[in-house]
Amino acid sequence: MPLSGKDVENIAHLARLALAEEDIPRYVRELSSILNLVEQLQRVDTEGVPPMAHPLDAHQRLRPDAVTETDQRELFQSTAPLTEAGLYLVPRVIE
Amino acid sequence: MDWETVIGLEIHAQLATRSKIFSGASTAFGAEPNTQACAVDLGLPGVLPVLNEGAVRMAVKFGLAVGAEVARRSVFARKNYFYPDLPKGYQISQYELPVVAGGHLDIELEDGSTKRVGITRAHLEEDAGKSLHEDFHGLTGIDLNRAGTPLLEIVSEPDLRSPREAVAYMKRLHALVRYLEICDGNMQEGSFRCDANVSVRPRGQSTYGTRAEIKNLNSFRFVERAIQYEVERQITLLESGGTVQQETRLYDPDRGETRPMRSKEEANDYRYFPDPDLLPLVLEESFVEEVKATLPELPDARKARFTRDYGLSPYDAGVLTATREMADFYESTLRAAGGEPKIAANWVMGELSGALNKGSLEVTASPVGPEALGGLLRRIADGTISGKIAKEVFEAMWAGEGDAEAIIERRGLRQVTDTGAIERLVDQVMAANPEQVAGYRAGKDKLLGFFVGQVMKVSGGKANPGQLNEILKRKLAPR
Repeated sequence: MPLSGKDVENIAHLARLALAEEDIPRYVRELSSILNLVEQLQRVDTEGVPPMAHPLDAHQRLRPDAVTETDQRELFQSTAPLTEAGLYLVPRVIE
Repeated sequence: MDWETVIGLEIHAQLATRSKIFSGASTAFGAEPNTQACAVDLGLPGVLPVLNEGAVRMAVKFGLAVGAEVARRSVFARKNYFYPDLPKGYQISQYELPVVAGGHLDIELEDGSTKRVGITRAHLEEDAGKSLHEDFHGLTGIDLNRAGTPLLEIVSEPDLRSPREAVAYMKRLHALVRYLEICDGNMQEGSFRCDANVSVRPRGQSTYGTRAEIKNLNSFRFVERAIQYEVERQITLLESGGTVQQETRLYDPDRGETRPMRSKEEANDYRYFPDPDLLPLVLEESFVEEVKATLPELPDARKARFTRDYGLSPYDAGVLTATREMADFYESTLRAAGGEPKIAANWVMGELSGALNKGSLEVTASPVGPEALGGLLRRIADGTISGKIAKEVFEAMWAGEGDAEAIIERRGLRQVTDTGAIERLVDQVMAANPEQVAGYRAGKDKLLGFFVGQVMKVSGGKANPGQLNEILKRKLAPR
């Protein structure tokens, strides 16, 4: 299934990636070839095979409901570009 | 045209765990910003989520309570979108295989009939952080304390047909999660919030109309008003030849209207896929059985028991079992009173609820506890005071003047049951009202009430009403 240039732009936007105009044809080609592989896989008859959610044949271990973390705000915020009053500051997002 | 309203609700109930769904950070409300956001919650490189057993237990408890199927195997998925209060760039949720599927909840309609509302599914997911848009020099402040708090998203079938029904369903669910002790139900703190999917269609049409989703309704009143507004908006639009857009809208409580939300992400393209950091959640039969054993008596069962065992009307039983706290209060009062379930019901629903409303208090914060109220009812039952005087005693108890016994003694409210004393009062009143005595004896039976009132007045309300009636009739009888 070949992708269009528009599809690639949309995917890039969803992933918040800035693509240079001249790189788009290459991404169209490469992503399309990945989708071709998937298409090939989809031709395999999987009737009666339960969908796999994880490659490991194991299941989730549970953690007891207990508070084990302490406040490390100062440490975490030491790598943040901008903080104030305990908050991380980011460029304004308006609903 | 005659339009039919179709509503489905998605309710997010914050689960009452101590720690977060995938980390050991605290979920306590009201902490200093970002002091309860650990490396996992912040999505720092190299961290892995580990699922909280308490959250799973609560989800299963809910599933069992609504007669749903508890999935023996469910899967966590990533819901991808970018927003600053979502540090990982995705929310861990459940998509194709939720932990709870297919249940129902019965609601009571205004005409007294019962309606069964389908519950499509309930899945576990993590909450996002909070964005504060005001006052940071044009920047947005992010508090990630809430990030990773466990939520149970409960999705109803589009079975609701009016704003009232939607509110009735939401209230029922609210009571249920509190009965189950899986959510504190605090709507102001956002522990229980609702998105409503609303559409209209010509009555009789079997396909659904295009729906709008109204986000983040955090009070019962807003839910009703927002849906009402939205229904009217859609009908007006359709009747004038327009079409409804499928979109997300926000309710503005100040203006009482809904308006479209600017799109966060083009066409909700969340690109769900199974989260490779989490293995499938497999529940053993024994685990589910263990949770089943912890189920409390549910609201409907408790209501039925109240009507059956206490002889209460369905209405009274409904009011008293509306919340677990109220039902517990009633039953403790009844135990302390040692009987008379109807009188106890009247007091809890009357004087007590009135005083609570006046003071905007929850029943758990009542200054008069069930033991104290039961003690008062005991004094009525044993004839120490009349029901009327009891109201005065209750007020004094509410004001913190002590228990019923102490107040009755201190204020000298003990009922007068000494026949001689009541007779003296009757004689006194008769002597002061010769005309009424003559009138009564001439056949004006209704004047009996006048005499009862007068004697009560001079006795300070303390004369035993039964004895008084008997003495009055005897003394007033024509001779």
